[in-house]
Amino acid sequence: MKSKAVFLAIALAGLVAGAVTAADEPQAVRQELMKKIGASTGALAAIAKGEKPYDAAVVTASLQTISENSKAFPDQFPAGSETGLETEASPKIWENMDDFRAKSVKLATDVDAVLAQLPADQAAVGAALGVIGKDCASCHENYRIKK
Amino acid sequence: MRIRNLALAAVFFGAAAAAAWFVTRPEPFAASHWEGLGAPDLANGEQIFWAGGCTSCHAAAKSEGEARLVLSGGLPLNSPFGTFHVPNISPDETAGLGEWSLAEFGNAMTRGVGRNGEHLYPSFPYGSYARLTSKDINDLWGFMQTLPKSANVAPPHELPFPFNIRLLLGGWKLLFLTDQSRVTVDTSDPKIARGQYLVEGPGHCGECHTPRNALGGFETNLWLAGAPNPEGEGRIPNITPGSRSISGWSESDIVGYLQTGFTPDFDTVGGSMVEVQQNLAKLPAADLQAIAAYLKAVPARE
Repeated sequence: MKSKAVFLAIALAGLVAGAVTAADEPQAVRQELMKKIGASTGALAAIAKGEKPYDAAVVTASLQTISENSKAFPDQFPAGSETGLETEASPKIWENMDDFRAKSVKLATDVDAVLAQLPADQAAVGAALGVIGKDCASCHENYRIKK
Repeated sequence: MRIRNLALAAVFFGAAAAAAWFVTRPEPFAASHWEGLGAPDLANGEQIFWAGGCTSCHAAAKSEGEARLVLSGGLPLNSPFGTFHVPNISPDETAGLGEWSLAEFGNAMTRGVGRNGEHLYPSFPYGSYARLTSKDINDLWGFMQTLPKSANVAPPHELPFPFNIRLLLGGWKLLFLTDQSRVTVDTSDPKIARGQYLVEGPGHCGECHTPRNALGGFETNLWLAGAPNPEGEGRIPNITPGSRSISGWSESDIVGYLQTGFTPDFDTVGGSMVEVQQNLAKLPAADLQAIAAYLKAVPARE
């Protein structure tokens, strides 16, 4: 009985350790960065569509998240992280790393410019979202594969 | 006796060949089909132009803004049958379509017949454009006359034997070319009928979203059910109501996606759909709503 419990504990510990490792993998890190960018974009879109009232704090926080995450994003593609963990990264990223980086930098630059002149109403948030969305799509066009 | 048999055989095969040629010959519409259409409505022509996504293949690769309107051709299209090089369709008299008549353009668009009476390859999606009304063809042709000329000459297609024999395309057409509806939907609803026209006709959505058989014809029972990506990795998604990716989207989610490029969970459009979305975003909201209504009405496939 006791040995069974010990065995179970070891198995559980192994599972937890495995989960930690997976979350540290670059594939998982970059997926998490993207998820947060998506959530922030969603918060901005809710305001742009009038589903939520304009709130300067939400706009600022969302833009900051997009800015920070887009800056960290291109560093999460080391050699060896090309496949696995359901990555949707295209092999073209590693063939054109400079262009890929440039696209991420463009998003960060555009978002920082929006932050410097914070959109002051619903329409301005919509306009900012137009710029951001174009940056997203211009990179997803070549470097993200849907499976 | 033997000679007579030989002669009979020769006559038989000759007749079979003639019959084969006859049923697979290029079949343009009669000249009268393209007469009396009057002055084109250029605004409508421009909408058909964006719905048809002409620039996605015919503009120079990577061009942006106004340059998207220069239909200089040249883009290589990879396929299981070889590499097609997209032609120049700008109004240039020598390199483009400048000398073409409305009838010649219309027969290329709807019958897959070239200016010299030859079969065109279905990499040019006339299998979808066959559904365009003569009025829309006339308006589109009028609009295309207003676009800039380009003197670029695209290289010829690089196709291995036997795909380099255009005559064989007659067989492909016999099997697969149709201007009939792809699926049965409730066309008494004008919105769904309009959506069907846009998706099955100018939008040519099925060309990528429907899987094909070994001969390059659609798996007709899997209309819009998703297919391998012809450009390499990944899959073109299923867009029927049975789709894993978009069945949860409402009609307004679909409209929003086509207008802004954002999915309901704020991922964005990617791959070759980026250009398609940018083109479709230029259509009036009513047309995008019609497309969404049609996509909700087609048979669900998983």
